[in-house]
Amino acid sequence: MLIAENINKRFAGIAALENVSLELHPGKVTAIIGENGAGKSTLMKILSGVYPDYEGRILFNDKEVRFANPKEAQECGITIIHQELNLIPGLSITENVFLGREVSNSWNILDQQAMRQKTQQLLDKLKLNVSPDTTISDLKVGQQQVVEIAKALLTDSEVIIMDEPTSAISDHEVEILFGIIEGLRKENKAIVYISHKLDELFRIADNFVVLRDGKVTECGEMKGISHDAIIKKMVGRDIQLREHTYRETERQVLLEVKGLSLKSTDGSNKFILDDVSFQLYKKEVLGIFGLMGAGRTELLETIMGVYPGLSNGKLYLEEKPFKAKLPQEAIRSGLVLVPEDRKQNGLILGHDVKNNISLSSLKEVSKSGILNTGRELQLADKYISALKIKTSSANQQVKNLSGGNQQKVVLAKCLATKPKVLMLDEPTRGIDVNAKNEIYKLIAELSATGLGIIVVSSELPEILAVSDRVLVMSEGKITAEFTSKEASENNILKAAIPKTI
Amino acid sequence: MSRPYSLQLAKFQSLIALFILCLALSILSDKFLTVDNGWNVLRQISVNICISVGMTLIVLTSGIDLSVGSVLALSGAITAGLLKSGIELPGNDLFIGFTMLGAILAGLLTGSVLGCFNGWIITRFKVPPFVATLGMLTIARGLTMLWTKGYPISGLGNNFAFIGSGWFLGIPVLVWIASVVVVLSVFMSNKTAFGRYIFAIGGNENASRLSGININKVKVLVYTIAGLLAAVGGIMVTSRLDSAQPNAGMSYELDSIAAVVIGGTSLSGGRGSIMGTVLGAIIIGVLNNGLVLLDVSPFWQQVVKGFVILFAVIIDKANSKAE
Repeated sequence: MLIAENINKRFAGIAALENVSLELHPGKVTAIIGENGAGKSTLMKILSGVYPDYEGRILFNDKEVRFANPKEAQECGITIIHQELNLIPGLSITENVFLGREVSNSWNILDQQAMRQKTQQLLDKLKLNVSPDTTISDLKVGQQQVVEIAKALLTDSEVIIMDEPTSAISDHEVEILFGIIEGLRKENKAIVYISHKLDELFRIADNFVVLRDGKVTECGEMKGISHDAIIKKMVGRDIQLREHTYRETERQVLLEVKGLSLKSTDGSNKFILDDVSFQLYKKEVLGIFGLMGAGRTELLETIMGVYPGLSNGKLYLEEKPFKAKLPQEAIRSGLVLVPEDRKQNGLILGHDVKNNISLSSLKEVSKSGILNTGRELQLADKYISALKIKTSSANQQVKNLSGGNQQKVVLAKCLATKPKVLMLDEPTRGIDVNAKNEIYKLIAELSATGLGIIVVSSELPEILAVSDRVLVMSEGKITAEFTSKEASENNILKAAIPKTI
Repeated sequence: MSRPYSLQLAKFQSLIALFILCLALSILSDKFLTVDNGWNVLRQISVNICISVGMTLIVLTSGIDLSVGSVLALSGAITAGLLKSGIELPGNDLFIGFTMLGAILAGLLTGSVLGCFNGWIITRFKVPPFVATLGMLTIARGLTMLWTKGYPISGLGNNFAFIGSGWFLGIPVLVWIASVVVVLSVFMSNKTAFGRYIFAIGGNENASRLSGININKVKVLVYTIAGLLAAVGGIMVTSRLDSAQPNAGMSYELDSIAAVVIGGTSLSGGRGSIMGTVLGAIIIGVLNNGLVLLDVSPFWQQVVKGFVILFAVIIDKANSKAE
């Protein structure tokens, strides 16, 4: 259906893609595999018309095509669902789905009813149980992802490219997504699926292409190739996912949360967190698992003092009562959060690595408010080498770093505050296997130094890999607790699924 | 503090533009390249520089301040009024006279309080800066009219006039004031934690909050500083004219925003520099001066200035894209 031949693309003289060829077939799911920076996104942006200048040629239905912009590609039948959501927060679901493709009657007046109905159908098909009139900004990240998919389904695309579609959504929604992909496959669509999660690829992909440093290192059928073989092709060496060894942590309470509740921000009487109590011990890695909307992120944010007016409950840090009304108070007391969305909440992308790392601890490197630039640089360099952040220098802008290295910069910023409690929200979202393993290793090393660490994740393997103890959340409550010995994918998931539907 | 490459380039480009402008003007007019005219230009722009420095800080936090012109007028009028006739307290014939220093401090305090009020409205009630300072633009202008009853306050004495027309060590006092303001604010923005916070908030407010920066405190301080600097400008203007005009500082906010923008500071915040703004103010000042020397009609001057602003922003856009 679509053949790309010998694609070459350079950025400022550096080759991003070298002689990459690719074939997509109707009714097949093709997985594009590769580490961050391997050239996956660049390739997809060429296919979808974002980058019109490249060498090589693309044949679509036996005709050579060269798209000048994404709109041309879309009209031709190639749609891309970007990793970063491209929705307009202030508009409703319907308005977003039909953006640029509005249906109007012969008087050029928008046919609201028809668009709303069609959107409702799409949402039903995707099992997203919200009104089409809902404003995007009121939706959770995972729900927004589903709206993106609805948008792609609206145009009758023959080729649908999904860039990391599951990076933000929970396992339950992944199942729904796979159902949708299965349906699309039956409709003879060609699907390109980019993901870091190899297990997913083994479930749904028919073919695969492995990219490394802008070159295709292997391609073929998914059947018959092993997990390890693919990883080897990706990174060019053997790596192993860290196996968690059970550790008995010291039972010295570091942080105690008692009866924490959080009212909904929309002014209704709903509770996002309902009577949450737990303890975190010194040197412990506490995993908190929950499906979307379980209140995982809000739990961490409430502890950090993001919602001072809406929350209730008692917190004790090293047995002393503690309540933060602002994040800076929490940080001063020794708590720190690596937020879920590093671009929105973690980093100042246009600033350099040094400024980002020192941001939370400028007091440490200044005297009566005046910065000591030498000490600041020392601080940055210390963490760059300690966390093995790959950057040309401390003065490199953060936006030029890969996802994994960006995440390490956020981590460095948090560690620079010398915290007692480190909270990580989805610490490995959208980063590659290698970087993931490094982060897991860091978590283990940090906890060994005496830190209490809370890891919130919607990826079960991740929770199982890092946690000494696992809490499960559902609908704002803690529904189960397991030691890492007891914890299994089955019993965790069981506790995570909401009882009321 | 390292800045994005494109900005350094942009700064370089505005320097070249300024050089070409000066070269052209010195060929076209034999009055341009004289020592007298040089001081004249510098004195003229010193007020705009003070205001624009405050504006730069605000724009770096991705805010804006439309009220600087009115705040300037009120601060100048308060200083002039107190200096000339003090305050008569109603009722029991109590009269408070002011020394020059007292009157100036009262003017500076006025500007700071109004700026602080701007910051408080913006942070406490989440009013967008554009709207909050638009309100202040009208409020402060109204207060100026009330205080002056619509008439200029003139005849403020030789001592006070020294600020606006005096010289110190061979340099006009106005230029001294502007230089001190620039040096202090460059130091503050580049070498202090507070300065870093200003850039950080403009770069990503959410991330800054979660990183433990007291966003509200920084913003209130920034608006207060801008108010203070507008008051400094007000006193400079009043002294220079030896008179506080009720309609002083009209549309000064636009000149200062122009200087900020020409200087390469991004209106969305997070990147830019004080020195860029100073350069922007100089370019505007030289342009104004040159057009006057060339006998261009004031109406055309406005048109030309407008195009220069557009051109500067387009160049800046092209630069950040090339990056």
